[in-house]
Amino acid sequence: MAAQTEIRWHGRGGQGAKTAALLLADVAFMTGKHVQGFPEYGPERMGAPITAYDRISDTEIRVHSNIYEPDYVVVVDDTLLHSVDVTKGLKPEGAILVNTEKPKEEILPYLKGYRGRVCTIDAREVCMRTMGSYFPNTPMLAAIVKISGVMDTEVFLKEMEASLAHKFAKKPEVLAGNMAALSLALTEVR
Amino acid sequence: MAVRTRMSGNEAVAHAIRQIDPDVMPAFPITPSTEIPQYVSTMIANGEIETEFIPVESEHSAMSAAIGAGAAGARTFTATSSAGLALMWEVVYVAASTRLPLVMAVVNRGLTGPLNINAEHSDSMGARDSGWIQIYAENNQEAYDNMIQAYRIAEHADVHLPVMICQDGFITSHAVENISLLDDAPVKKFVGEYQPEHFLLNEKEPVAVGPYAVSNYCMEAKKAQAEAMIRSKKVILDVARDFEEISGRAYGFFEAYRMDDAEYAVAAIGSVCGTAKDAVDRLREKGVKAGLIKVRVFRPFPGEELAEALRGCKAVAIMDRCESYSGEGGPLGAELTAAMYRAKVTAETVNIVYGLSGRDVRVEDMEQVYADLRSMAEEGKRFAQYPYLGLRE
Repeated sequence: MAAQTEIRWHGRGGQGAKTAALLLADVAFMTGKHVQGFPEYGPERMGAPITAYDRISDTEIRVHSNIYEPDYVVVVDDTLLHSVDVTKGLKPEGAILVNTEKPKEEILPYLKGYRGRVCTIDAREVCMRTMGSYFPNTPMLAAIVKISGVMDTEVFLKEMEASLAHKFAKKPEVLAGNMAALSLALTEVR
Repeated sequence: MAVRTRMSGNEAVAHAIRQIDPDVMPAFPITPSTEIPQYVSTMIANGEIETEFIPVESEHSAMSAAIGAGAAGARTFTATSSAGLALMWEVVYVAASTRLPLVMAVVNRGLTGPLNINAEHSDSMGARDSGWIQIYAENNQEAYDNMIQAYRIAEHADVHLPVMICQDGFITSHAVENISLLDDAPVKKFVGEYQPEHFLLNEKEPVAVGPYAVSNYCMEAKKAQAEAMIRSKKVILDVARDFEEISGRAYGFFEAYRMDDAEYAVAAIGSVCGTAKDAVDRLREKGVKAGLIKVRVFRPFPGEELAEALRGCKAVAIMDRCESYSGEGGPLGAELTAAMYRAKVTAETVNIVYGLSGRDVRVEDMEQVYADLRSMAEEGKRFAQYPYLGLRE
């Protein structure tokens, strides 16, 4: 893994892409990394395209700009492929991860000839099987950890369990579903 | 023992407030304010601190209530941003002229229009002549550290002035980054108990606060206020020295980054300085003598010290995240250029306006600024009165 990994998230307002980016920074911190997780704020409304970013580094991060040449891109909603240039600046040695129920071949035309790895996951399916409701950021978080290798997946699950137990202290019943979604996503991403 | 963790700039400020546990916090708790009042009010609701939270109906009321609380003798905190600070305007001046040691966290965001609340310094820069001390941060760590130092400065017997603790909206306020937090006990010891000298709730010493002053007295009061601002310079440095003892982190009026032999320097405020440091390092590897002055304290303005730090440079770019509409540049540009003139520091200067309404600044943009400085110094290239960085044409 390079000394610094940069990840760009594309989602729609309300899908939790910003939360996922912040959670990834949070969990990467637990493995001893320097992290930066931040959203790019635009008009705040449900369904509008939003962008969020992560920097995960072995050394101190001082730069405070957006990410233009990410190592990885996460697309939380495949309808964004029509309107957003998701592979812009994406490094060919990296990868793009798309949440879609479609086969990979159907999304390739939207990726502008991207030469790197293309990965997909049906986050809705993962959510429905594990949580019974659709929160795509949970499986996408696990999937990008797997794809990017920013941390060991076992460590990731362990840290997420602690983090979610804290976050859902008042709703402990949702913990198991979230953990199941994370675990299933690790195997479902392809 | 310091705790290494990660949090946003807003959380960092709220964490400092939890450790300081001020007496009163009046605040307007929704947009245009930030998560800071939300976090602090949650701590209050959870019984972690004893601060009295006063939810108010507007920012004007927030500052008015802060003035009332401060005059009563309470250690008082409030937080705002953007249009919220603008709405406080009238009473922001009253807080300073009444010589109340209030502390206000300002998350720097633009003023409309076009309607936009992204990072910009126009809110607090607009208040630069209101009589408040202003301290700016590069990142969440500095926002936290500055907040812990604020009350010691504000409440000092030689100062008695309110302090704004500023950080860049969204860029640091909403970004999660690594941070090192101090334990509660050393922070409490460092900040100390507030013992106001004259206050309304002191039944043994009836005082009037905020009375009318005829022309015969008003100018003397203003001069006394200005003198306090000048005296605060020593206090700011003394407090920073004490803070270094408990934290290991050194602060001054500004940070001079790789300035010892610098020929080309940038002077700027806030989060862009981290980006500029990366540019400086890249250029230094190529043998370019680049340096950075990160202005931390803008009020009082350390003009002499800044000018001295720039002496010997061939060219200096002074960067403002704020448009003054003077036709000649921004506030840092105007004040620093004047200070350099008085100190007879004769480097070529250019005042660059950048990052308005959150316009992003990359390391490459900063490298271009240094390249322009070189062409100014070596090829005699001249720029427009004050260029905009990254402007779309």
